[in-house]
Amino acid sequence: MSPFYFAVAILAVGLAFPNFVRGENTPRVIEIQAKKFEFTPNEIHLKLGEPVVLRLKSLDRKHGFKVTELGVDAVIKPGAATDVALIPQKKGTFHFHCSVFCGSGHEGMTGVIIVD
Amino acid sequence: MKKKDFDRREFLKLSGIGAGAVFASSLGVFPKKLGGNSIWAAGENADFYFLQLSDTHWGFEGPKVNPEAKVTLKKAIQTVNSLKFKPDFIVFTGDLTHTTDDDKERRRRLREFKEIVQGLEIKNLRFLPGEHDASLDEGLAYKEVFGETYYTFTHKGIHFIALDNVSDPAGNVGDVQRNWLKAELNKLPKDVPIVVLTHRPLFDLMPDWDWATKDGKQVVDLLMPYKNVVVFYGHIHQENHHMTGHISHHSAQSLIFPLPAPGSVPKKAPIPWDAAHPFRGLGFRSIEEEKQKAAEIKEWPVVKA
Ligand SMILES: [Cu+2]
Ligand SMILES: [Fe+2]
Repeated sequence: MSPFYFAVAILAVGLAFPNFVRGENTPRVIEIQAKKFEFTPNEIHLKLGEPVVLRLKSLDRKHGFKVTELGVDAVIKPGAATDVALIPQKKGTFHFHCSVFCGSGHEGMTGVIIVD
Repeated sequence: MKKKDFDRREFLKLSGIGAGAVFASSLGVFPKKLGGNSIWAAGENADFYFLQLSDTHWGFEGPKVNPEAKVTLKKAIQTVNSLKFKPDFIVFTGDLTHTTDDDKERRRRLREFKEIVQGLEIKNLRFLPGEHDASLDEGLAYKEVFGETYYTFTHKGIHFIALDNVSDPAGNVGDVQRNWLKAELNKLPKDVPIVVLTHRPLFDLMPDWDWATKDGKQVVDLLMPYKNVVVFYGHIHQENHHMTGHISHHSAQSLIFPLPAPGSVPKKAPIPWDAAHPFRGLGFRSIEEEKQKAAEIKEWPVVKA
């Protein structure tokens, strides 16, 4: 849960991006779709130090996106994307899961971020 | 608080409550001291016990997990009715029904559950929602059938506070309810005995498994100035005993399927049914409140041995 692992910002689309998002060093955007009861993709590969934006979208109802170890906990509502900007500071596998109860398959709505 | 810490003499001394056949059960009944000594000294007329039943998940189907899903609750009701000494009341700490996407079916399950528990001889029943009952429609159907999702009541000098940490599907108690709680607590002297009833743990037991309340720390902070607070909850389908400062937190077993110990397996999944030990890991609990004494918890099996 150390803040040194990642620099994280959760943004609503359209709000000002942090410095690294502007300018020539545009981050890679990775779209993640959430629907009952899975994330697509559910395995996300990131490179150490590479700024990325995880663009979270829901295809059906409210879901959550929580990476406990990184202190990320976002709500994903249908109709609007939720952006999570981060710069991986540490190699490893980080589990994420849906943190908004969404029904019978909620428990299985999980995935991993792999930083190498 | 570990089982090995239990005092055998204390155990024998306590055989007064609900004794009889269930007490002699091979599953064992473990009395526990709650959060320090004599925490109930202020409970003037306290001398009674109540039952906590939890996570009945009415409507659940899964033959490998519980082939007796349709009768487990009914058997537990029989066992409760057979207790020699009657509890003053019974509280159900959430997940009365198993989740369904169908609003109609959710209402049907809630009503059917309510009908089944009318089979209890004790008519003083209190209910709380779990995320399975209330998270998909933010408590709408639950409220239609059972009324308010958070409330207080007083019983023989003890203040009970039922908190809702499930109508918000993200697992917050929320500002509105926390302000309400603050106002309720302000009415109480600091040494009054308080029992908090809720579904999810109010502390971070295992956040990756949703075994937490997002603003649980803020709730516990509101309770901290009060000297005699005990929390009973459900959700994790097993016994767990935990302290945050002087406040003790006790989760109950389920009446549908047990779940693994926090973090003991990579993925949280129900523990499969064991035909050699039917109903293993399931049960309900009694909580005895006595003047000048710490409350005592006992765990009871679904079916008498
Ligand atoms: Cu979900
Ligand atoms: Fe449950």
